[in-house]
Amino acid sequence: MSRADVLVTADWAEQNLGTPGVVFVEVDEDTSAYDKGHLAGAVKLDWKTELQDPVRRDFVDKGQFEALLSAKGIGNDDTVVLYGGNNNWFAAYAYWYFKLYGHRDVKLLDGGRKKWELDSRPLTEEAVSRPATQYAAQEQDTSIRAFRDEVIAAIGQQNLVDVRSPDEFAGRLFAPAHLPQEASQRAGHIPTAVNVPWSKAANEDGTFKSDDELRKLYADAGLDPSKDTIAYCRIGERSSHTWFALHELLGEENVKNYDGSWTEYGSLVGVPIEKSS
Amino acid sequence: MCGAPAQEETLDRTLPASVDPATQAIIQGRVVRDGDPVAAAYVRLLDASGEFTAEVVSSATGVFRFFASPGSWTLRALAPGATGSVRIEAGLGFTETRLEIG
Repeated sequence: MSRADVLVTADWAEQNLGTPGVVFVEVDEDTSAYDKGHLAGAVKLDWKTELQDPVRRDFVDKGQFEALLSAKGIGNDDTVVLYGGNNNWFAAYAYWYFKLYGHRDVKLLDGGRKKWELDSRPLTEEAVSRPATQYAAQEQDTSIRAFRDEVIAAIGQQNLVDVRSPDEFAGRLFAPAHLPQEASQRAGHIPTAVNVPWSKAANEDGTFKSDDELRKLYADAGLDPSKDTIAYCRIGERSSHTWFALHELLGEENVKNYDGSWTEYGSLVGVPIEKSS
Repeated sequence: MCGAPAQEETLDRTLPASVDPATQAIIQGRVVRDGDPVAAAYVRLLDASGEFTAEVVSSATGVFRFFASPGSWTLRALAPGATGSVRIEAGLGFTETRLEIG
């Protein structure tokens, strides 16, 4: 696995917009950005309404994922190139999700919508429809997904990487500062977690930093390469970005994303929480 | 966008009902280039150490808003071919600023 296998440049993307077998997928929390302009031929995926179960707090199941991808016209053999807003947070989340259900060839567009827009590359409002497929997913690969009991057991034992902003880590904020701060859960972080904000893995234009810079970042933060790692944030999307950096770009083994993240952990009764001054 | 009358002092202060401005620092403003509002700029909120805290895309009239805690912040905007930054001190309630890029 190397960077070229999992990350494509904006130049590559622009040259491959119409390439058969390559499907561009825009993933956002708010899909109105897609509706105002998207990469030519790209289909849209709504993080909240299409990837989350509408009732239980969990993902859509294997059958629902198969139905979703079939309806979007994505085949098992297609190369899926994901991109989105928010510095690719939700695109990275979808990347992890596609891997969870065993999609073979999936890539991220480096820099996502932001770099594309800052480069003044073309966007279109043209509607996209692709013929339906018969998509077959694999069972969830839980080697990349952490659940709460594993996270509690990992305190003091494994690398816990909290990728939220320093203020959220310290317990001064509950959420990223573009969201209102009301919340019912407790603020703080999981004891023994180190704070490496996701943004340290990205350049200002949303592209990932180089492998050397990323290696230095996590080494300096004190991640022990001999231990397994669990990354978390507030709802699991920013930690997908860091999971991508550690597992896909740097090739670290045994890295899991805790998608329950702080909105679950910070609401659990009786678990230890640390705050910083 | 020329001649758009709205300036910082006329920014909307309507908040969702669940948000109490007495408990948070609401930082808002407008991205401006050569006197005109800049839509769809990427506006980043950086903390006192320069660390990224949040990012929003400016509205059609160049407006952005963050919900933060009191303290020193830097706002930085990126648009095709132009960037700019401004440093602010924010207390509880509204803090408004103009963010020039060029």
